[in-house]
Amino acid sequence: MEVTVTVRRRPNIADPAGAAVSKALRDLGYDAVEKVRIDRTITLTIDGADPVAVEERVREMCERLLANPVMEDYHIEVGP
Amino acid sequence: MTTAVVVFPGTNCEHDVVYALRAIGEEAELVWHRDTDLSSFDGVVLPGGFAHGDYLRTGAIARFSPVMTEVVRMADAGRPVLGICNGFQVLCEAGLLPGVLLQNRDLKFICRPIHVRVEHTNSILTRAAREGQVLEIPLNSYEGNFTATDATLDAIEADAQVILRYCNPAGVVDAAANPNGSLGNIAGIMNPGGNVAAVMPHPERACEDILGSSDGRIMFESFAASLEAANV
Repeated sequence: MEVTVTVRRRPNIADPAGAAVSKALRDLGYDAVEKVRIDRTITLTIDGADPVAVEERVREMCERLLANPVMEDYHIEVGP
Repeated sequence: MTTAVVVFPGTNCEHDVVYALRAIGEEAELVWHRDTDLSSFDGVVLPGGFAHGDYLRTGAIARFSPVMTEVVRMADAGRPVLGICNGFQVLCEAGLLPGVLLQNRDLKFICRPIHVRVEHTNSILTRAAREGQVLEIPLNSYEGNFTATDATLDAIEADAQVILRYCNPAGVVDAAANPNGSLGNIAGIMNPGGNVAAVMPHPERACEDILGSSDGRIMFESFAASLEAANV
């Protein structure tokens, strides 16, 4: 089963890389760009048949390792 | 008194730390991150480098290295636990210190001597220093930008857990003297007990005059004095 985890920095936590890309886009003339945030996508392939159980397991992985609760939120999507 | 200096895959400042400790008459030995028994050691240093390649987040994988169980045990027992640069990041990920280190504000790897001001002398890093003393120590990091939630920041300020702040050579702490965007110009913090502390610049690279500064020696002398104190 494929699971996609998106890890995002909380809105109030600085994202220097996102800010640099935002500036670069505006320098290229994309004046409408107001803000850029760079997230991280982690794709896991997991042996399991029950999507609910798999999601629960991945949630635990997020809490322990994949995201830092001090500065990041995460979103889990259990694939087809 | 013997100090364990932890080597993770990717650590690269361990020999400098051992050298700096031995230079002030302390015994120090390297321990591998898979070691599970530090009972013969009186304190531990997590040196700088790129533990586990800094993959995912700095320190995120290192905090699960087997040796960290012992590091936590020593921290809980009141033993001196010091993190330098990458070691700072590992201690934050391990929850032994608050906050997190993000990429530098200007997205540049900073490698130059900077100044830090000693905020107080109740920590294993500063007990041999004077309050307000300005130390010149090299910074060498890309992810040295100390960040925490507002609540955490308020708590560590209220609890006087900030031990070092970036300043100019005259000791003035202001935005111009902030090299990497760290909130509150924070360069070093400690836990509430003061036995776990970390610093972003590298004191081991400033422990002899021939290196341009011997100010880092004061931090190792502080650490050594803390080993004695914790052993009483």
